Amino acid sequence: MSDVPVLEVDHVSVSFGGRTVLDEVSFDVRRGEFTGLIGSNGVGKTTLLRAILGLQRLDSGEIRVEGEPLSRHNHRLGYVPQKVALDADIPMRARDFVALGLDAQRYGFSRRTKAQRDRVDEILRDVDAERFGDSRVGSLSGGEQQRVLIAHALVGEPALLLLDEPLANLDPKSVQEIVSLLHSVASDHGVAVLLSAHEMNALLPVMDRIVYVTNGRAASGTTDEVVQSDVLSALYGHHVDVLKLHGRVLVVAEPGQDDAEIPQHPTLTVN
Amino acid sequence: MHYLFEPGFFSSAPVGIAFVIGAVSAIVSAIVGVFTVMRGQSFAGHALTDVATTGGSGAFFFNLSPLVGFLGAGVLGAGAMESVGVDRLRGRDVATGIVLGFATGLAALFLYLDTTKSASTGVSQQILFGSIFTLDPSTIPLVVVMSVITLGVLALIYRPLLLSSISPDLAAARGISVRVIGILFMLALAVSVGLSSIAVGSLLSTALLIGPAATALRVTRNLHSALIVASVMGVVVTWVGIILAYDSFYWFTSSQGLPVSFFIVALIFLAYLLSGLPGVRRRTASPTAAAPAHSLERAAG
Repeated sequence: MSDVPVLEVDHVSVSFGGRTVLDEVSFDVRRGEFTGLIGSNGVGKTTLLRAILGLQRLDSGEIRVEGEPLSRHNHRLGYVPQKVALDADIPMRARDFVALGLDAQRYGFSRRTKAQRDRVDEILRDVDAERFGDSRVGSLSGGEQQRVLIAHALVGEPALLLLDEPLANLDPKSVQEIVSLLHSVASDHGVAVLLSAHEMNALLPVMDRIVYVTNGRAASGTTDEVVQSDVLSALYGHHVDVLKLHGRVLVVAEPGQDDAEIPQHPTLTVN
Repeated sequence: MHYLFEPGFFSSAPVGIAFVIGAVSAIVSAIVGVFTVMRGQSFAGHALTDVATTGGSGAFFFNLSPLVGFLGAGVLGAGAMESVGVDRLRGRDVATGIVLGFATGLAALFLYLDTTKSASTGVSQQILFGSIFTLDPSTIPLVVVMSVITLGVLALIYRPLLLSSISPDLAAARGISVRVIGILFMLALAVSVGLSSIAVGSLLSTALLIGPAATALRVTRNLHSALIVASVMGVVVTWVGIILAYDSFYWFTSSQGLPVSFFIVALIFLAYLLSGLPGVRRRTASPTAAAPAHSLERAAG
């Protein structure tokens, strides 16, 4: 069983109103692997994650989780959506919100068992969120809220953790902390991580594999295999250069080409 | 000599009915209100009060019980808002606004017809601002049954409602039908508005819905205590309001009492103001020193 990938995305195509968003996208994610889903805004990363969650109808292709076709709610998947607004009005401590990750889909009331409370404590420790476990979720900083969201997604012991742009709008220090936390989730706890981002550099040290998406198509493999001038040029349909400098990667289009499709490099936008 | 509890206060049937219906509708409103504030649906709650006005005034014109009108119109209005409204927040606001506008227009028509029919403006006063001392005892069973059903539905969908209120995306990913939960909640909201309309009038039912909930959310840290504090506060302000209104018959030589609704709403407002005082309000600060930087970052994002 262990050789069955946690996630198989098999020739998946999705279109909205005649516009192709994903075109024959294929890749696998294996147990304990950290995979970066890289592409600029609007290339279909969120659509792909929604498809994996079973929330998006596929035009063709198949998605399997641990070898099984998708079901309406797969408890083997943990999910951290983009931009969850944890409002100050939400009357919930961080630990209450994490506990919802155990059974939010159930009807009726039930008291938390000792085992459940222990599990919540354990996961709060794992994501280093213990010290603000009793604070209201709305009062936490962006990085702290991200930890709580990750704990909420992990508390039910999923095989695959999906995160949609979890690093957007975080300060650089929080980005480092969340990346290293997710790295340990994958390598120490054996949970496969699939994380979407429009900027790959923060992920380079920890990414086992990359799925590079543009124009609705995707190339996947190790970072060295994929982040190559010829591979990415074929994906973009025009020539791009890949520059590797001081352990950072820059993808640059020739002058005249529309480089709106190219993942943003914040360091370059500052003149 | 005058006592706060005048002889006859406790044996008076209208006072007894007012206490029962006031308490029941205050509890339902408070509990529904906590979720309403959390879901950011205060505007929908307010729109439903206008819809309830239409129902109440229409019911009077057709010789039906105002409660039947409040509830029936509220449920229809909630259904209309949900079916016109789409998943997006802004679409929901627009749909709410459109239903609200139409309902208010109808209410204007019915209130005019009612006034003409009864040859007095008392009926407008009764529907808009309530008349808890003139309730028919026969309304008690319907009030209790509707309250039990509403609270039962909320208890049943408690956890899915909670998660879909915080993040529809997270809820949908768990296989929760956010749409069905949203419709059930709107129906509960409509019923609670209908119930508080007979207590404090349709216009002021927003106060009973939002006031105790907003106050409770200020002073508590978790949902269970917010629900309890809001319910207790709803009952206390309603009962104290009834007592003061009853007592106000003796305040002026004209022997003209003041409306219950005024006292209830004034007490709610007072409690809300008090809950904002330093020391009463729960700690909101982040445990880390980075709180100011974070608020800037959030504002920028």
